[in-house]
Amino acid sequence: MIEQSCAPMPPLEEILERYPREEASLIQVLQDVHRAYNYLPCDVLAKVSESLGVPLAKVFSVSTFYKAFSLTPQGKVIIRVCTGTACHIRGATQLIDEARRLLEIAPGETTPDMGFTLKTVNCVGACAMAPVLIVGEKVHGNTKPAKVAKALGVEERHHAH
Amino acid sequence: MRIDSRERFDAAVSEALAGREGHKTEILVCCGTGCLANGSQKVAEAFAQEVEKRGLEAGVGLFTKKTGCHGFCEKGPLVVLQPSGVLYTKVEPRHVPDILDKTVAKGELIPRLLYKDPTTKKPVERYAEVPFYKNQTRIAMRNIGKIDPADLGDALAHGAYAGLAKALFGMTPEQVIAEVESSGLRGRGGAGFVTARKWKAARKAQGERKFLLCNGDEGDPGAFKDRSIMEGDPHSVLEGMVIGAYAVSAHEGYIYVRDEYPLAVVHLTLAMEQARQAGLLGRDILGTGFDFDICVSRGGGAFVCGESSALMRSLEGKTGEPRQKYVHATERGLFDCPTVLNNVETWADVGAIIQNGGAWFAAMGTERSKGTKAFSLVGKVKNTGLIELPMGTTLRHIIYDIGGGILGDRPFKAVQTGGPSGGCLPESHLDDPVDYEKLTEAGSMMGSGGMIVMDDRTCMVDVARYFLRFLVEESCGKCVPCREGLKQMLAIYDDLVAGRGRPGDIERIERLSAGMQLGSLCELGKSAPNPVLSTLRYFREEYLAHIEQKACPAGICRDLTAYEIVESCEGCGVCLKACPAEAIAGEKKALHVIHQGKCISCGACYEVCPTDAIRFFPKAELAPAAAASRGGAS
Repeated sequence: MIEQSCAPMPPLEEILERYPREEASLIQVLQDVHRAYNYLPCDVLAKVSESLGVPLAKVFSVSTFYKAFSLTPQGKVIIRVCTGTACHIRGATQLIDEARRLLEIAPGETTPDMGFTLKTVNCVGACAMAPVLIVGEKVHGNTKPAKVAKALGVEERHHAH
Repeated sequence: MRIDSRERFDAAVSEALAGREGHKTEILVCCGTGCLANGSQKVAEAFAQEVEKRGLEAGVGLFTKKTGCHGFCEKGPLVVLQPSGVLYTKVEPRHVPDILDKTVAKGELIPRLLYKDPTTKKPVERYAEVPFYKNQTRIAMRNIGKIDPADLGDALAHGAYAGLAKALFGMTPEQVIAEVESSGLRGRGGAGFVTARKWKAARKAQGERKFLLCNGDEGDPGAFKDRSIMEGDPHSVLEGMVIGAYAVSAHEGYIYVRDEYPLAVVHLTLAMEQARQAGLLGRDILGTGFDFDICVSRGGGAFVCGESSALMRSLEGKTGEPRQKYVHATERGLFDCPTVLNNVETWADVGAIIQNGGAWFAAMGTERSKGTKAFSLVGKVKNTGLIELPMGTTLRHIIYDIGGGILGDRPFKAVQTGGPSGGCLPESHLDDPVDYEKLTEAGSMMGSGGMIVMDDRTCMVDVARYFLRFLVEESCGKCVPCREGLKQMLAIYDDLVAGRGRPGDIERIERLSAGMQLGSLCELGKSAPNPVLSTLRYFREEYLAHIEQKACPAGICRDLTAYEIVESCEGCGVCLKACPAEAIAGEKKALHVIHQGKCISCGACYEVCPTDAIRFFPKAELAPAAAASRGGAS
């Protein structure tokens, strides 16, 4: 069953109930944990390891191998700039630069107020509307650097220098 | 109703068809990811509301449905009226009353919503007349854009599961495999392995459990055909998988879907529930006693998991590292059991092949590549979107006749196929027929069907560097040649684009490439140098310009490029507004000037200038004073 993202987030016990307690469930469990907690907290990983009977080192290895997982808390809104080939040749770099300038963080970082996390993603498969910027769930196609501020819902950029 | 016999299946199809007879006009609103981003959800809601408000549903038999991706994402949101076939592009909610009052009620067209042919500048009235669609032959994507993916009845009315019924009610597993063999179907994920050969091996393999997998981890940047198939016609994938499971006698299946495709997961899950209830999936399928069920598994966001052995490790809950393949997956794959893995598009082809016969499929294509192939045509081309064509179509036909040519009628430079394992082909290869062998001979590959068109404003050194960066991030790290080779290669490219290229760099790149091809375990590592080698093969002079003149001929590498405004500037101020660095100054209607010290060489001004009054040139030609002030600013 697929939970809609608007459904209330269940705690760890409830997530573990959904899957057989075996190694094959690890990635699915971690995905649900990530959605519920917005990242993979260390103590939760320890409990997952115990419950599925997978060594903590292996849980950690899987948690760091896959891009879908973060070991640090994520911002309230995740901004993903698509860097697929089509977006790259249609100006994804300029979008990243503009987002960096506006938020004053580099890709992979979160603003100090935990408002935004900036990420790059290798193609979201919306290449026909390149370059693409995704704010939360909202996909913005054919984006120009000048449109980034509005898409992020932040104030017009201030030129400090 | 649960379908448990041939009669019941035919009855279900007749019922589904009868349910549609009352629909005098169907309004199809594209709700693929592309059109949704352009606001098609609101358009669909507006139609539903207006239709209800006017009581049209009962009166004139009007029916609105949300379909999967029509492929022409560039012009979305798309609305197609059936049966007239009128296509409206870029539809907004405010256009809805007009469409109902004029087109639906009186058959009048609304010119401003019609698609305009970019070459003839004339409006095109019907869906089927648009060059983008006219030239296509759709098999894997046969029902996408026609059906509501959330409605099994609609799919049945369009022929879904007819192939499954034919196989289960009248064919032995051996006959199914023979039919697929005679079609010549080869893997649509890129490598082109003969599908029937896999199935035969898996059928023969001994084992209590056998698995059937669908690879929906479409990781090649620039490719999105699998996403559209899973979103727009999930039943075609399920049908193919059940037929395949019957052929190899497997009872458990997985669809591994990319983490970035949430809508595909929702639509597949819904389709599976409906198919189970109808007796098309799960226990005792169609009353024949055959059991097969499928789980959807979301990927973790790792490109390497598109590789078959890595995908299986990932399904087992492990890190996605490929393994050696001296034992085939058809003998020992997932959980060490015999496993058949095929790509989404391959599975989508299977139902149509069984329904129409292998000979029908084999009649299309080239000598060794049969049938049709889906491509995502993107990049600097006028009509971007999803297309499906017979194998053997030339690149020129694809790019110029279907794609409508290059954006802004700029010169064509290259087309990239095959993602990070593929290469860039120049103009001299435009007349090559597209099939597995021809693309490989030219130094690229089919891959998962991404076709990224590049114009003269694309730097091939930058493109190769782009793929290296992608691969450095995505290398699983298991083999040294791939993990370290890519890193070292990227270091050389970082130098090239920053003007620090040295004589001998090209040779170093070639040596590293040879090492990676020889020493990597999986195909991803072995093919990783392809983007590098193909650009070197066809665009060597561009590399030399970066090394010897410290110049980027395409004007893309920022450290090597400077911009200036020439006298034809009319002072419109567009560039001034577009400049993110506030480096442009000038009074209205007077010549504008770029402050070289502030300019970050992003090219935003060049892209927007309506009078072509901005020129780029090698930064090395800047006066020393200006260059120095730039150095200070950066």
